[in-house]
Amino acid sequence: MAENRIWGLVARFENPATLLHAATGLRDAGYKRYEVWSPFPVHGMDNAMGLKRSIVPWIVLGGGLTGMVGALLLQWWTGAVDYPVMIGGKPFFAFEFATPVTFELSVLLSAFGAVFGMIALNKLPQPFHPLDNIAMFRRVTDDGFFISIEVRDPNFSLVRSRELLESLGGLNVTVVEEGEA
Amino acid sequence: MSWGLAIVNFVFWVGIGHAGTLISAILFLFRQKWRTSINRFAEAMTIFAVMCALVFPTIHVGRVWLLYWALPIPNQMGMWPNFKSPLLWDVFAVSTYFTVSLLFWFTGLIPDLATLRDRAKSKVAYWAYGIASLGWRGANRHWQNYEKAYLILAGLSAPLVLSVHTIVSFDFAVSVIPGWHTTIFPPYFVAGAIFSGFAMVITLAVPARKIFKLEDFITVRHIENMNKIILTTGMMVGYAYAMEFFIAWYSASEYESYTFVNRAFGPYAWAYWIMVSCNVITPQLFWSKKIRTNMTWSFILSIFVNIGMWFERFVITMSLHRDFLPSAWDYYTPTMWDFGCFIGTFGLFFTLFLLFLKFLPSIAIAEVKGVMPQADPHWEGYGQHGDHGHEAQPAHATADKGGHHG
Repeated sequence: MAENRIWGLVARFENPATLLHAATGLRDAGYKRYEVWSPFPVHGMDNAMGLKRSIVPWIVLGGGLTGMVGALLLQWWTGAVDYPVMIGGKPFFAFEFATPVTFELSVLLSAFGAVFGMIALNKLPQPFHPLDNIAMFRRVTDDGFFISIEVRDPNFSLVRSRELLESLGGLNVTVVEEGEA
Repeated sequence: MSWGLAIVNFVFWVGIGHAGTLISAILFLFRQKWRTSINRFAEAMTIFAVMCALVFPTIHVGRVWLLYWALPIPNQMGMWPNFKSPLLWDVFAVSTYFTVSLLFWFTGLIPDLATLRDRAKSKVAYWAYGIASLGWRGANRHWQNYEKAYLILAGLSAPLVLSVHTIVSFDFAVSVIPGWHTTIFPPYFVAGAIFSGFAMVITLAVPARKIFKLEDFITVRHIENMNKIILTTGMMVGYAYAMEFFIAWYSASEYESYTFVNRAFGPYAWAYWIMVSCNVITPQLFWSKKIRTNMTWSFILSIFVNIGMWFERFVITMSLHRDFLPSAWDYYTPTMWDFGCFIGTFGLFFTLFLLFLKFLPSIAIAEVKGVMPQADPHWEGYGQHGDHGHEAQPAHATADKGGHHG
């Protein structure tokens, strides 16, 4: 239980404007291992934090291509190779009749790529996070805006990082400990 | 007659589902922000409607325990499904539609489940919502992937929803039955599906907003917008009815002509005229702003559309009662078991819908917050005029509470 190792600092912000401003400030100060927390996505935050584009679309593309190729192989192999059955004089395989199932499986596997890709990239499910120890942080899914800085950040300093957060408009700057309290 | 109420009810329920996806995906892509207060609700309706629809083919195959034969699962007989059959395309279309709709709905729910977790009063609710929310905490790096995934899901769902009723229409159109073998079927079915789906959203939304006091979220404007879509798609459906007649005559095929004359004046003429009255005539009342902004009228007319669209599928299926061979002519009357199954699906639908209203947020909480003016960091109330200044925030700038619509 309560190991007293410090995980980082967290500060509350009044609204999305101060949050965006503070995120820019931390980026400009050279911080890398900080995170912004909000009840809804704040417009412009990705740029403010200097984040790279999400790679979810590439996972979706992979899923879609897998679905497409898989569906074509499935219909060709089952119908024309493994067990050909003559039905109504139609060919054993043709792209025309294969189109609906190919389309559906491409969409299905793309959607799997989008949802499970997003979940995996976000390292969810995540039952515990050190910030869960902070009572005020519960408001993050309601009306709370927060920024946390991790100890692992090379620029981290209990004194200077706190001062920076406060100068950027951070309220209730709190030390976060690792492990369940 | 080989097909009866099972296919009628299947197409009816699948069609109802379409409005949910249309609202959640297509209106999202068009950045129609008003959709945020009805999309959750409509997506739930989609999922439950598709579940009701799936009851019918499941029973209709006759041997429910062999339903898995429709899937390409290796088996001891070494046999595979027939991929040339539109009925098999339908298996893939509807099951993909169900799965993708469920994923889309769940993805939208994740942040709201986290909200419910953090507001939970009981231990059970805290754990249940905690597990369901996957431990969502609103990190911006998570939001970034989340928003991208959500956008892509919307982009995937938009063509998917159009494909589903297209493929359902192939069940009919790929056959050679007069009255079915037409190229108008895919767009005609899709328009009808959107029409019936929006009517069902109105049927559900009008009482729900009243009972749960959601008038500030599901506003008169929402109902009016949906009524406009009903009016538009209703006329598209009416156009399709007229065009079917024109083509039946223009094709000079006597079987086609007979089928359509028989629809309007034959033994099932009563069903045909119920369909035309409910789908083409009564929705015209929505030209009046008074009527389309009146809740009672909206509700009543939506019920008419629900009835009319059920009869549309009935009329189409009843084309079977007189096709090429007069020796096969018959008059089909559904049995009490047919009607019992149909009424039962309403029980299933409303049970699921009420459970949803009880346990899950019927309005997309995070999305509604995100479209409020206070959610924009450059909102004038924050007094920063885009230059991210250091000055203290004005007292009234606490965006977090109150203010439903800006």
